[in-house]
Amino acid sequence: MRVWPIFKKEMGLYFTSPVAYVVITMFLLVVGYFFYSIFVFFAMASMQAAMNPTMARELNVTDGVMRPLFSNISVIMLLLMPMLTMRLFAEERKSGTIELLLTYPVRDGAVLIGKYLAAFALYAIMLAATLVYPLVTGVFAPLEWGPLLSGYVGLLLMGGAFLAIGVLASSLTENQIVAAFLTFGVLLLFWVIGWSAEYAGGVAGRILQHLSIIEHYESFAKGVLDTRDILYYVNFTALALFLTLRSLESRRWNG
Amino acid sequence: MIEVQNLTKQYAAITAIDHVSFEVERGQIVGFLGPNGAGKSTTMRILSCFIPATSGSARVAGFDVFTQSMEVRRRIGYMPESVPLYSEMRVATYLNFVAEVKGVPRAERTRRVGEVMERCLIADVQHRLVGKLSKGYRQRVGLAQAIVSDPEVLILDEPTIGLDPQQITEIRALIKSLAGQHTVILSTHILPEVSMLCEKIIIINKGAIVAKGPITELVAQAFPTTRVHLQVAGPPPAVRAEVSRIPGVLRVEQQTVLDGVGAFVVEVARDRDIRAELSRLAAGQKWDLLELRRIGMTLEEVFIRVVAGEETVEREHASSGEEARA
Repeated sequence: MRVWPIFKKEMGLYFTSPVAYVVITMFLLVVGYFFYSIFVFFAMASMQAAMNPTMARELNVTDGVMRPLFSNISVIMLLLMPMLTMRLFAEERKSGTIELLLTYPVRDGAVLIGKYLAAFALYAIMLAATLVYPLVTGVFAPLEWGPLLSGYVGLLLMGGAFLAIGVLASSLTENQIVAAFLTFGVLLLFWVIGWSAEYAGGVAGRILQHLSIIEHYESFAKGVLDTRDILYYVNFTALALFLTLRSLESRRWNG
Repeated sequence: MIEVQNLTKQYAAITAIDHVSFEVERGQIVGFLGPNGAGKSTTMRILSCFIPATSGSARVAGFDVFTQSMEVRRRIGYMPESVPLYSEMRVATYLNFVAEVKGVPRAERTRRVGEVMERCLIADVQHRLVGKLSKGYRQRVGLAQAIVSDPEVLILDEPTIGLDPQQITEIRALIKSLAGQHTVILSTHILPEVSMLCEKIIIINKGAIVAKGPITELVAQAFPTTRVHLQVAGPPPAVRAEVSRIPGVLRVEQQTVLDGVGAFVVEVARDRDIRAELSRLAAGQKWDLLELRRIGMTLEEVFIRVVAGEETVEREHASSGEEARA
């Protein structure tokens, strides 16, 4: 498996084109703004709580700052992830470079994994940069490291699933805009699918709830690492990547 | 080195190539000729393992392109017609990537990439972005990526298209230098290029091979006679009559008469040279001999005759079919 050269090439392309810089900058800017407003709101709430001891017992930074921040990050991801993955295959198809890439002695699987890991690594870099916010918070208030860690693990797993859908969409078209919208649409559907669970009720409701991509994040945000939730994201990712592999093969068949 | 048997590729509605068979021996440079849309690129794409054939088999270096695709891909260097390259990579970085993907060991990589850049005359642009290069340079980077792993077989689709005459000469010299250790199959529609580079040619038209073999053989096949161009100042009817009387002359064709000077094409059996007899005849008749030369048979004429001949045969078939029905 020659994953490494493909990975290096994709990382190089992210950073020689403006894509990586723009996405990371915008991401940090927006997350920074959310952090600021959440933090200020929490500070105000703490002031009021200082006069009301029962309320003060309810307040802690994990629930008051980090959880809302995580849920905001996941919404921003919904919008930004399609931009990270849209070019991976669509651009190669459009420019024809796929013809050379697929005639080099690398398996389709290695190409896919290399590209996916590059997108994942870029995402991990983005997330790592947001560690600054809990660290700043930690200066002013005691932080619980457990929920913080599980929150990040959850974000990584959920982001991995988002990226897998993005890679799949990119392999289906040679138009990057189409790939981005397709990714966004599919992710949004998986996001809101749980909402109808209430009306559906019963078994159907439970199935819809189980399919919801955001529902499974809840436990991570609370600081619980549940095998079912981890498996959901891992399966989701594996299935999307498997379908991508099939799509690459079928493209080859149809010439 | 390359064995192709009954290779057929069918797209939804059209048959791109139809039962194509040919062989290429080790160390040969073979030219793949044909009008646009004849199936050259399709054949090359199948040989390079990019697309599968509908039926038939193709083996490169003893390995089947479909069932042993990895083995084949390790042994080939491929340059597609459009020379698709990553425009946002630098030349040296790109070639390093290709060398790594193609399995050139780390210890040799830098040396190998440097060598290839020297050979393809792109060392001076190695730090530039591929997307900023001129067409000629891109073409050479494309060739460099094909040979960077020193593969046994090179598949080059229109390697000199879009180059200036100076660059064409350089690239041809480069390709020529690859013969011997490498087996090269190259497609082109520049005919003089083929006669310069290739020992053997394959002419393909509408998906089927219409002629293949060494160039001299093909010329002999296409033109069983030798033609001589003759210009004399003499009465044209008399010239025709006298020339026709020379033994071995098959046909005398009068082309133009200008101020009493007639131009003729005389056709004789292939191995016969009648130029001496013609000059003696002119001297004897007191006609001024103005021009006398053998008409060289170029590949171009072979090509036109083979490809056009194919069409006349088809037309005849069609019309005879209609007659039969009538």
